[in-house]
Amino acid sequence: MVSVPSDQRQAAALAPESVKILVAGGFGVGKTTMVASVSEIPPLSTEELLTEASDGIDDLAGIEGKTTTTVALDFGRITISPKLVMYLFGTPGQDRFWFMWDELARGAIGAIVLIDTRRLDASFAAIDFFERREIPFVVGINHFDGAEHRYEPEEIRTALAISPGIPIVPCDARKRDASKLILIRLIEHAMSRLPAQASA
Amino acid sequence: MTGDETQWFDEAAGPLVRPYAMTGGRTRPGAAWLDVATQVVTVPSASERLGLGPEHQAILDLCHRALSVAELASYVNVPLVVIKVLISDLMDRGDVVVRPPAQALQAPGRDLLQAVLDGVRAL
Repeated sequence: MVSVPSDQRQAAALAPESVKILVAGGFGVGKTTMVASVSEIPPLSTEELLTEASDGIDDLAGIEGKTTTTVALDFGRITISPKLVMYLFGTPGQDRFWFMWDELARGAIGAIVLIDTRRLDASFAAIDFFERREIPFVVGINHFDGAEHRYEPEEIRTALAISPGIPIVPCDARKRDASKLILIRLIEHAMSRLPAQASA
Repeated sequence: MTGDETQWFDEAAGPLVRPYAMTGGRTRPGAAWLDVATQVVTVPSASERLGLGPEHQAILDLCHRALSVAELASYVNVPLVVIKVLISDLMDRGDVVVRPPAQALQAPGRDLLQAVLDGVRAL
């Protein structure tokens, strides 16, 4: 027990770097499906206790408040190397849990906003959230079997007033390769938005 | 003001009681900055477990390999706000060490993004 500091160093050396990517969009657009398609583990679920009264302003210290509700958070994991692990968080679908999104979004690489062309409005709030905070995001058009018409990305861009620089990628959230591709597009997009490297 | 203000055991009390019991009534973690992706690792010498609850012990058992705050909340089956308090208890005791996400407050830099990109392409 005398060598605690070295033990702590030894333990700290085992901790990888971690990065986050968010998967957002309205309720039922396929967020957890997408997380599941690329995660190395079946998606895990955890929950947060929130006060109804906090209404997006209070932080979580407010759980002593009189009315409590529970928000489920689904997430997956991709171990990139022993030194680097990535988490994919499916954001809670309801608009009133903005403040939880803020914590999730802090330090994140960016977000994939999934949309269902049958219910475009369900994902508008998510687009607005990331745009206002200048968090890099890409839009994934999740093609559902029931959708009558396949919209072109530019039709979607116009309908949702998505800025010209934001990639819009048709995808099938059930397919690993499609989900992988949209992750790649997001990371590339995030890199393109970094300040140019200082030249010598 | 209605009578609800003072009525503790309303229908919402159920899910509140157990988390409070586990955290000794504390709601604000000693380490409020613990992120969902913060990595937690058990310190090898953390063997003296007197005074630790079963949830604390579960964390120590799980973290022989690094796990995130979110994973721990899921595996120990408690809300995030509770797992953060439990982890901060263990930090205070020197039983675990934590590593926050690469860039806790701002977006990751170019080198890290490149490493992630290479990793995802290789999946």
